[in-house]
Amino acid sequence: MVPLSYYLLLSAFLFSCGVVGFLIKRNIITIFMSIELMLNGVNLSFVAFAAHWHALAGQVFVFFVMVVAAAEAAVGLAIIIAVYRTRETLNVDQVNLLKL
Amino acid sequence: MSFHLILFLAFGAVCVAGAINLLTQRHPINSALSLITVMGALAGEYLLLGAEFVAAVQVIVYAGAIMVLFVFVIMLLNAGEEEQTRGSRIALILGVPGMLAGGVLVAWVVLRHSGTEAVPIGALPGSPQDIAQLLFHDFLLPFEVTSVLILIAIMGAVVLASAPEAAPGKGK
Repeated sequence: MVPLSYYLLLSAFLFSCGVVGFLIKRNIITIFMSIELMLNGVNLSFVAFAAHWHALAGQVFVFFVMVVAAAEAAVGLAIIIAVYRTRETLNVDQVNLLKL
Repeated sequence: MSFHLILFLAFGAVCVAGAINLLTQRHPINSALSLITVMGALAGEYLLLGAEFVAAVQVIVYAGAIMVLFVFVIMLLNAGEEEQTRGSRIALILGVPGMLAGGVLVAWVVLRHSGTEAVPIGALPGSPQDIAQLLFHDFLLPFEVTSVLILIAIMGAVVLASAPEAAPGKGK
């Protein structure tokens, strides 16, 4: 038997790690992975609450979050490839112009 | 200490270690491998909560498909070690204590206001059959809209990642 708060704490920790990675990382791919970490933290909250309140809809929402994450990863990595092709760098500090 | 709690702590420790390793590693491929570790351990947590279908999808879609995409792009772009800049050092100095303070606040709120009643193992039937009943009855419209989203994402990825010569309207 594990209290619900333990799951929520782990979820909050994963989300916080994602936010910290988003802020301190300078490689655009690692920043993108930090976003995935945040999504995983939220998913854990969804599943924990679903088990706590006996509402299966929470697990269906995790399914939707995963689908959106997959779509986001496909488009985001395509954007990263396009950025790398025009700038020859993955450092976000050097990607500071909107025009090509 | 019950066996359930021991399993939770074991998977949770792997999760925490992987997340911290993701932050400390300099090379993107090491970060990607730690993220895969986190996702695998999270699948174990989902199994503890009785969500079998979500655990399987987590391993297949997240740790399988999405992370393969990440690793593939890292190899394709030959991503090297990231260099430290002034901005990242400022973010490190200000961001980490800020997030620690926020984390302590969240932990305090959670421990104070959420119930301490335990989540029993396998309390919820998370089998694919039950999920499908819900997904194809109550959530049918979101499911169909999601398929349109996936279609648009595929087209967007193809257009964005195609060679610049193939993209019309862009003079070189």
